[in-house]
Amino acid sequence: MNTIAISAPASAGGSLPAYLLEAKYEFLRLLRTPSFAVPTLMFPPLFFLLFGLLLNHGNAGAAQYLFATYSVFGVIAPSLFGFGVAVAIEREKGWLTLKRVAPMPPGAYLLAKLVMAMTCAAIIYLILAAMAYTLGGVRLPLAQWLALGAVSVGGALPMCALGLIIGSRANASAAPAFVNLIYLPMSFLSGLWMPLSMLPHFLAQVAPLWPAWHLGQLALMTTGQATTGSIGGHLLWLAAFTAICFAIARRGLARAG
Amino acid sequence: MTQDANVVAVLNGASKRYGKLKALDTVDLQVRRGEVLALLGPNGAGKTTAISLLLGLLEPDAGEASLFGEEPRSLAARRRIGAMLQTTAVPDTLQVGELIALFRSYYPNPRTVADIVQLAGVSDLLKRRYGKLSGGQQRRVQFALAIAGRAEILFLDEPTTGLDIEARETMWKTIRTLVGEGCAIVLTTHYLEEAEALADRIAVLARGRIVAEGSVAQIRARVAQRRIRCISAMDAQAIAQWPTVRSSRSEGDRIEIVADDAETVVRRLLAEDAALSELEVQRAGLTEAFVEITREAA
Repeated sequence: MNTIAISAPASAGGSLPAYLLEAKYEFLRLLRTPSFAVPTLMFPPLFFLLFGLLLNHGNAGAAQYLFATYSVFGVIAPSLFGFGVAVAIEREKGWLTLKRVAPMPPGAYLLAKLVMAMTCAAIIYLILAAMAYTLGGVRLPLAQWLALGAVSVGGALPMCALGLIIGSRANASAAPAFVNLIYLPMSFLSGLWMPLSMLPHFLAQVAPLWPAWHLGQLALMTTGQATTGSIGGHLLWLAAFTAICFAIARRGLARAG
Repeated sequence: MTQDANVVAVLNGASKRYGKLKALDTVDLQVRRGEVLALLGPNGAGKTTAISLLLGLLEPDAGEASLFGEEPRSLAARRRIGAMLQTTAVPDTLQVGELIALFRSYYPNPRTVADIVQLAGVSDLLKRRYGKLSGGQQRRVQFALAIAGRAEILFLDEPTTGLDIEARETMWKTIRTLVGEGCAIVLTTHYLEEAEALADRIAVLARGRIVAEGSVAQIRARVAQRRIRCISAMDAQAIAQWPTVRSSRSEGDRIEIVADDAETVVRRLLAEDAALSELEVQRAGLTEAFVEITREAA
């Protein structure tokens, strides 16, 4: 289960409850912080309701496009804020240090935050799917519903890795600014709010630089819409991106003890 | 590196620099099972750096640090320790009971919740969120987290800062109980009465070096000599040669003498200078000893 552990546990004995509790409390903390939970969980459904359903006057194609891309948009906030801002604060204010000394099992910290981000993504996806089905008239084969959900939840990996670079380097007060600088602009530039074909051509040319664009293309592919590139290509790009981000972040985190 | 099985934590010629500042300069320290070692020193003396080396949060530039003969960073060593650090922002939104459950899950053989709650005096706080607690209550919760794992050595960095007298007494009592179970304690504190009340051994740090080490009585004895001040025309250099006099110096017409046997020296002073005035004799407690030792080192 421990796929992103920085190093393997010396002994597995007694560690499993620690992993579970860590993830559970990470999620409880999110729910008890409305200033984080409300925008994270509500923005994607609200945006979808507004732009995907109400303002496009029953354009089924637009609803289907935006359903796919907002499913990707949903995973970005919990990942970037959970890793970028929370890690920066906990690293700087000594909570991470105390847990390491305690000693928390290696990997539990990041794994718990990853599970939290994935849970958020899954919840957001379920809300979006319900809205798309009932209000948007979106009809997909079961396999496509599931595949899109998997892209949304799996998207936590590259997004968390990106957040972790900020969390492992930035100081606590600067981290939210960095995250906001990436969060909305990257979503827009990756075509998550509207197809890039509606924007100036050079934006489409630079889009392959943004991890969210590759996720968006995967999401559109799973629902059989027009896309650029191949599944394998996007997956490879995202895997490499995730690995590089973790490698950079790991060195920053090691300094926290 | 050590043959003594009772030694649980060791600093061996450990040095640590921050840029130009030598935070710790070839420090040797041993902590044995069942003893309370108090690290005293003014701010910036290197107390927290010494603890950070033992916890594996910092690597020494020279020399070595070990816990139970192992690397302080190793998981095996860290499972046998507990720590209360000076600057820890515990998440505000978790309840005390949840924090305790989380920390218990980190250890192979944790204390029971009832045990932790009773020892740390947090039974009335379990359902409260950490962020809603007073500073003193938060300190007690941090103490509860430190003892959750049945540690064999506890590092307490200024544990009672911000506690009221009653809470401090409770923590002292618990620390004595833990020591009775064989736990070793490394304590830093600003309160000398705390060191006096708890410590078996005191190490005084100043400018990154250990400038005095010994029992409370021995440290106090460092200045069990008394300090004699007076106004006199006598030659301070000559007085320095008298028996039991440690030092003697003059500043204007004032003379300050440090001597082991104040009574004999005072008798002779009065006999030799009839005009002597403003005679003062002071006895040193731990506070004076501490001030004296750290000033000597400065």
